[in-house]
Amino acid sequence: MSGFTILGAGVLGLCVATELAGRGHAVTLVDPALGPGTQGCSWWAGGMLAPWCEFENAEEPVLRHGQPAIDWWDRNAGGVTRKGTLVLALGRDRAELDRFARRTHGFDEIGGNRLAELEPDLAGRFDRGLFFAAEAHLDPRTAMAGLQSRLSERGIAIAAEPPETPGQIVDCRGLAARDILPELRGVRGEMLVLRCPDVALTRTVRLLHPRVPIYLVPRGDGIFMLGATMIESDRRGVVTARSVLELLSAAYALHPGFGEAEIIELGADARPAFPDNLPRIGRAADGRLYANGLYRHGYLLAPAVAMQLADHIATGNKPEFWHETDDQR
Amino acid sequence: MPVFYGKHIASPLMLGTAQYPSPAILADAFRASNAGIATVSLRREAGGGQDFLRLIEGLGAAILPNTAGCHSVKEAVTTAQMARELLGTDWIKLEVIGHSDLLSPDVFALVEAAAELTAQGFKVFPYCTEDLSVAERLLRAGCEVLMPWGAPIGSGLGLNNPHGLRALRAAFPEVPLVVDAGIGRPSHAASAMELGYDAVLLNTAVAKAGDPVAMARAMAQAADAGRAAYLADPIEPREMAAPSTPVIGKAFLQ
Repeated sequence: MSGFTILGAGVLGLCVATELAGRGHAVTLVDPALGPGTQGCSWWAGGMLAPWCEFENAEEPVLRHGQPAIDWWDRNAGGVTRKGTLVLALGRDRAELDRFARRTHGFDEIGGNRLAELEPDLAGRFDRGLFFAAEAHLDPRTAMAGLQSRLSERGIAIAAEPPETPGQIVDCRGLAARDILPELRGVRGEMLVLRCPDVALTRTVRLLHPRVPIYLVPRGDGIFMLGATMIESDRRGVVTARSVLELLSAAYALHPGFGEAEIIELGADARPAFPDNLPRIGRAADGRLYANGLYRHGYLLAPAVAMQLADHIATGNKPEFWHETDDQR
Repeated sequence: MPVFYGKHIASPLMLGTAQYPSPAILADAFRASNAGIATVSLRREAGGGQDFLRLIEGLGAAILPNTAGCHSVKEAVTTAQMARELLGTDWIKLEVIGHSDLLSPDVFALVEAAAELTAQGFKVFPYCTEDLSVAERLLRAGCEVLMPWGAPIGSGLGLNNPHGLRALRAAFPEVPLVVDAGIGRPSHAASAMELGYDAVLLNTAVAKAGDPVAMARAMAQAADAGRAAYLADPIEPREMAAPSTPVIGKAFLQ
């Protein structure tokens, strides 16, 4: 049994720790913040497990490797809601719905009656939609806490500093790993958390729009995550007025009840991404392994990346997301 | 091939850099099309590190920063100054939005901003309408290129007013003209070039296509074809058929 030190306790670090510990490896998890929190972009995520919808604008590996994530999270953290995704568009953006349908599969085209059965609060507001029944969602913070507590049951706590003899280092630091991964860039995302008991939704709803597409993920108890902007910038921290205006206007257009929502959180962070917006696993010049670049697919792809990394450690084979620099080839 | 402010550009296709599925696909689209100019929005992408701007600089096209999303002279001037500082170019695509639904140019603020920026040493590419008096005022303000819209930004409607675009071409035969915005299909790009325009500028039609790389290539081919057709002096349309083979005097008539 060999030892591994995993840097970073965001969604990927926790998934890698879970996979490696599950395969009998000694694991140390290191994060200066001692656990998941507002310092990492995993904290601000939507938690959609929606590979079929994401395929509208993502490449094929996201569709293929995203699907097993639903079962993985159920098995390893629990708390997965399997109620599918509803995709809707306002009257004048109907062409967006046609386009989305052309670019994806795995949905039923539904009319107003079926919509009213699925989400009674949207009855009469839309006469057409796409229903991706196999999709799911989770609450990212609960999911990370779930992984963390199961790791801690195995005796794996999170340390602030690496041990003196770290063994094999596995770098899962996200955007902070730009010191070893110069191609990594930040893609800014902004989100809100709303409390709106007036509107009941049980599944993720996406509202298409040519300028401001949004999604709402229900967290239960009248709480919703509303996201998310996609801006080519690594600026973190405060949310801009324009983004809040756009996101809330779109939510209000989905259902006017959101006009009465309490805004309980505003969040912004930068997603780590490589130029092709796909994850990479590789070996850095100093010998450490790294996995990074999950872009907007943290919860969707972290399980697949963790499994590929663990397989590489077990067999030495180069997995699909393996990346080599020109020097290494 | 177009010449803007004395700089020769190798392609009549100018591409925007927003909304692509990934920077890798954006780079492939530029490679496939050999687009000569890349426009980039400074307004929202700035503020953090400049990773995305570095990617744009690696595309091999001349960079034309824009003031997309600006609604006033002051915003546009500030954004242009920021662009010059960040990208080291005095080129600026000047966009001052007048109406938020149509994203149509506010031509009054546009002329004012163009004069101010020209005075500050910028080389201004104004996103304007096809209105002749607006064009005149922009030229008087110091612009040496005009970029009238074909249709509203991102609409893909093509050339809404071909008569107006033709009139503009006829009125300013020496001024480089670019159809900016509204182009949805290669046939629109070809039509603009057939009118004698020097270049076309588009973004959404490529970035949001199912296969952006293939669409970028198709747009480049269409722009080249339209330009070649314009230079080849196309025939005038006419109501009556004109047989390509003369019938009178043939030895055998059916």
